[in-house]
Amino acid sequence: MEAMTNDLSLRSLTKRFGDFVAVDDISLDVPTGSFFSILGPSGCGKTTLLRMVAGFEEPTSGTISIRGRDMANVLPNERPVNLVFQHLALFPMMTVAENIAFGLRRRGVRKDESRTRAEAMLERVGLPGYGDKRIAQLSGGQRQRVAIARCLVLEPSVLLLDEPLGALDLKLREQMKVELKKLQAKVGTTFIYITHDQSEALVMSDRVAVMNRGRFEQVGTPQELYGQPATPFVARFVGDNNAWAGTVESAADGEVVLRTDEGFVFRARGMEGCGAGSRVNLYLRPEAMRLDPKDTSNLNMFRVTLKAILFDGANSRLLTVTEQGHELLVRLPQNRTFDNLEPGREFAVGWNPSSGICFVEDGADCRGLDGEDA
Amino acid sequence: MSASGMKQSRLAFWLFLAPVLGWLLLLIVLPHLDMLYMSLRSGSFSHPGWTLTNYQAFFEEPIYWLTFARTAGYAVITTAITLVLGLPVAFYIAKVVRPGLSGALMVLLLLPFWVSELVRVYGWMILLRESGVINFFLLRLGIIDTPIEMLYNDATMIMGLVYTSMLFMVVPLVSVMESLDDSLVEAAYDLGASRLCIWRTIIIPHSKPGITSGCIVVFMLSLGNYLTPNLMGGKNSLWFTEQIYNQFIASFNWNQGSAFGFLLLALSSVIVWAGLKLTRQKLGEVAS
Repeated sequence: MEAMTNDLSLRSLTKRFGDFVAVDDISLDVPTGSFFSILGPSGCGKTTLLRMVAGFEEPTSGTISIRGRDMANVLPNERPVNLVFQHLALFPMMTVAENIAFGLRRRGVRKDESRTRAEAMLERVGLPGYGDKRIAQLSGGQRQRVAIARCLVLEPSVLLLDEPLGALDLKLREQMKVELKKLQAKVGTTFIYITHDQSEALVMSDRVAVMNRGRFEQVGTPQELYGQPATPFVARFVGDNNAWAGTVESAADGEVVLRTDEGFVFRARGMEGCGAGSRVNLYLRPEAMRLDPKDTSNLNMFRVTLKAILFDGANSRLLTVTEQGHELLVRLPQNRTFDNLEPGREFAVGWNPSSGICFVEDGADCRGLDGEDA
Repeated sequence: MSASGMKQSRLAFWLFLAPVLGWLLLLIVLPHLDMLYMSLRSGSFSHPGWTLTNYQAFFEEPIYWLTFARTAGYAVITTAITLVLGLPVAFYIAKVVRPGLSGALMVLLLLPFWVSELVRVYGWMILLRESGVINFFLLRLGIIDTPIEMLYNDATMIMGLVYTSMLFMVVPLVSVMESLDDSLVEAAYDLGASRLCIWRTIIIPHSKPGITSGCIVVFMLSLGNYLTPNLMGGKNSLWFTEQIYNQFIASFNWNQGSAFGFLLLALSSVIVWAGLKLTRQKLGEVAS
């Protein structure tokens, strides 16, 4: 990829509230026209980061620049960024068109001109003719689009979105994910989207930063985050993962042989520091495990018993348990071979050594199932 | 619900309503009916009977209707000043300070009302009179040579009225501003609005019900106030309530006084109605 310009650049950005460090020395470049997500659990500092970019919080140290222009001492109403609020913050005392024209009017655009541009914007977000409606008359998804239209009509350099899908019900959220991505591709504005929902971040983004305790754990494409997590936090937070504690017996060329605490001996990929004798956690995706594989050569094998079927259409999983009581999630294959399963049935499970990743133990509790749904 | 349960809840409804209705009937409706009757009767013993002369007198004697116009005008000014002062105070209490502190500030605001209005007005007089506290310090500091009479003029009277009415403006404003979502203010700021513009387009439109109810209460209280204008206003700045008092007590003309009382009620209602019309509001929306 050729050299790109950056719409947003953060350099060593830090925000402290008393002794608490909300944002800890973050540097970041967001290229022009990309959909960038910041993914993290609540309280990780992502909202503070966003509010600093919007200008509502003053950084303790570090710089924010938008299209190369330093934002220090630039007030929120003068920044070339706009924020879509978590609860949208549409003005209930105004009509839809007045909401969208609000920013234009503040810039001194004449009333009829701003009205025309508001109508054009409404058409772009798929709500033509909605200008005279009150906010209360709109459905959740329509409000969403009005909130985004209200910002986009100002043609900001960067559009910030603060978990705007959080208030919607599940069905609408799935729909809006796709719509948002399409909209971003259409308008070409740089979107910075913060969320605690990993599926939102993975589905929509070009690049995702996983944030934890004020720092970025990893910045990469959704595929990189899912396939090559750089830290155990990312492995646990992005997507479902099964975790196993164990000790490395031998290590060579990035591959380790480890003995789990239940006594299984597996081969897996070892990350930095996984030398012989070190305590590690093994992470294994539910879809990496194959049930009753015919060809078992080069696979790690063990036996499990089915405890429950977690049916969820194409995303159905099996809750299984090893003889030693270790619970594992295994993806249910969609080839109808396993249509009539009963709890209590035993399986042989095999997985390729390259799909299991070992990290040096980081103190987090890994005995049970680690999902993002906590 | 069963028939007997329905009957019981109807009974409870009337039982709770009875004191209110009784209060309205005995203290509001009956005296007013009596006053209406009196206002329409001739006061002279030589020609008793029905007459409109009591009402006629109000419109024919300039001193009467001029006093009313003056009273209404000053009540409007008082309301406007109270609103302008009350808005930032209410915003500060509702939105700027910590929630714990806002309760304490409300108590501070309420505290002067523990003391009777009479005592509070005397408090002002102690501060403002020629031999008062303020003059004493101004003289001591050498800012003035001779004491200034700060009492008995219209400005002081309006200040006193504003002071008396402040609470009744701030309380409805605080409650309506508490319901304002902070993110609306931030969103307006983010979209390029200045501070003044946020007030004009977001905070004031949101606070409209509180502003209207506060204004009605303050206007009515100022219009019907007797103590403050009487004690702090000048001898030539007559308040309409003093006219009513004079008719009842000084002239012993209860019929004329009753007519004035009714005119005060009617004219103030017209002014409030006109105010609601001008700002395109309905009384029901304000009360809700």
